[in-house]
Amino acid sequence: MSVKQISVFIENKKGALASCTRYIADNGINIRALSIADTQDFGILRIICDDPKQTETVLKNGGFISTVTDVLATEIEDKPGSMATILEVLADAHVIVEYTYAFLAPDGHAYMIFRVDDNAIASAALAGAGIKTANQEDLF
Amino acid sequence: MAEQKYYQKEIETMPREEMRALQSEKLVKQVKHVYENVKYYRDLMDAKGVTPDDIKSIDDIHKLPFLTKADLRDAYPYGLLGTDLKNCVRIQSTSGTTGRRVVAFYTQADVDMWEDCCARAITAVGGTNEDVCQVAYGYGLFTGGPGLNGGSHKVGCLTLPMSSGNTERQIQFMRDLHATILCCTPSYAAYIGETLKEMGLTPDDIDLKAGIFGAEPWTEEMRRDIEKSLGIKAYDIYGLTETSGPGVAFECEAQAGMHINEDHFYAEIIDPETGEVLPEGSKGELVFTSLDKEGFPLLRYRTRDICVLSRKECSCGRTLIKMSKPMGRSDDMLIIRGVNVFPSQIETVLIKEGYSPNYLIEVDRVKNNDTLDVYVELAPEQFSDTVKDLAIKEKSLAEAIKTMLGINPKVHLVAPKTITRSEGKAVRVIDKRKLHD
Repeated sequence: MSVKQISVFIENKKGALASCTRYIADNGINIRALSIADTQDFGILRIICDDPKQTETVLKNGGFISTVTDVLATEIEDKPGSMATILEVLADAHVIVEYTYAFLAPDGHAYMIFRVDDNAIASAALAGAGIKTANQEDLF
Repeated sequence: MAEQKYYQKEIETMPREEMRALQSEKLVKQVKHVYENVKYYRDLMDAKGVTPDDIKSIDDIHKLPFLTKADLRDAYPYGLLGTDLKNCVRIQSTSGTTGRRVVAFYTQADVDMWEDCCARAITAVGGTNEDVCQVAYGYGLFTGGPGLNGGSHKVGCLTLPMSSGNTERQIQFMRDLHATILCCTPSYAAYIGETLKEMGLTPDDIDLKAGIFGAEPWTEEMRRDIEKSLGIKAYDIYGLTETSGPGVAFECEAQAGMHINEDHFYAEIIDPETGEVLPEGSKGELVFTSLDKEGFPLLRYRTRDICVLSRKECSCGRTLIKMSKPMGRSDDMLIIRGVNVFPSQIETVLIKEGYSPNYLIEVDRVKNNDTLDVYVELAPEQFSDTVKDLAIKEKSLAEAIKTMLGINPKVHLVAPKTITRSEGKAVRVIDKRKLHD
């Protein structure tokens, strides 16, 4: 199981992130989870919304460059070692983690998002270790 | 050798009328030779209805057709060759790697003439056989190194053929072998000055007295900086591969304009729009005719450099006509770190690499070094959610541009439609260097 994440190209300019998120809000889209990668020239805004397809269309109409990526979302316990355990499972399965970030779902549970090089191998490895991966609906 | 003011006094101080007679004699002969041996130019003359018989003196030169960089491209590589290849001993080339590349051929007489021109320049800054001349221009296809190297030999200087780069080693040789004259690009001279300071040294620790700097535009302000940082007098030199290389014109002790070696290169100033020859003192495009080149005898070659010619008497005693520093270009060519760059070359790379031809080139000079920034619009299908992928894209595009131009750009990917679309002529280049006073 995986979750669809939308990434948006954000120029490294004053107000660029503000205008992008305002545009998303004006179109009635709620951002559940978010992370930003930044370089000297540009940033990449990564978001999880309930309707990725609609979000993609809206962004495209607004002239934004975006792309949809399947990422893994796992529930994570609030105790020492939970993150390390998940990462060890992925490492043992030779899965490469490109990036990861965390957020809280409305049910109060914490989730981790993992962008990996092979979702199928990663999901199977996590399932084998008894770690559940969520689908889009689980997060809303 | 006693101090020598001129390398070829008779020519360099020749009375005006004698020079005109010499130029006339050479031109008549050269036009006849070119007409008979260079089909490309003969066709241009025929199309204009001009025959060698119409050229009776230098006053008739305006009747001849122009040559442009486009002609050089069309005729590449042998179309403008003036003699059998077996008579040629050398080529030199400009740095462009595509259709813009110029390959010039030299016979031994051409090489000698070119080196004489450089020897005049070295002598004009006080060089004699007692000097140690450090040549820190690039050697190879680029004309800078070979030209000044040859000129230095002719003067009898001890020549240090350093080529460019490895600055600490340059300074080490400069100190250990007591170099007195430095030849390189002005930006490299400035860099050597900075490195000297960083090494905890001062101009008192070196023996340099003069520098001959060319191949790229530079300002009076830069001249003062270089003179101060190296404790020298800094002189300009002008040339282009199409005519020979550095030494077409050179500065003397007056440091006020460059004397053109007009016994070899006849200069005209034209209106770049109409091609009409303008009177002395007018600002316009510089056109050169090689009066005695054998291998690559270009007649009325349009340099695209904008400048002014002057016959005002010079305090150095030379009667050779002077040209001002180029004040700009009549085309879109940029000179970046001594390399000729056309925006269209960058455009070619972008299209080939699958990018939008909407781009912006920004050139600046930071600490006397040219910087090249290329802003390119990212297409939706090229976008990725990882920084790594986009960084790889920027890097590989920078490498492709470097392969084309020979200089390293900094590539910046920007969002689509963020580079201003202009109505009419697109603004592709922002040159922040303020190269012309």
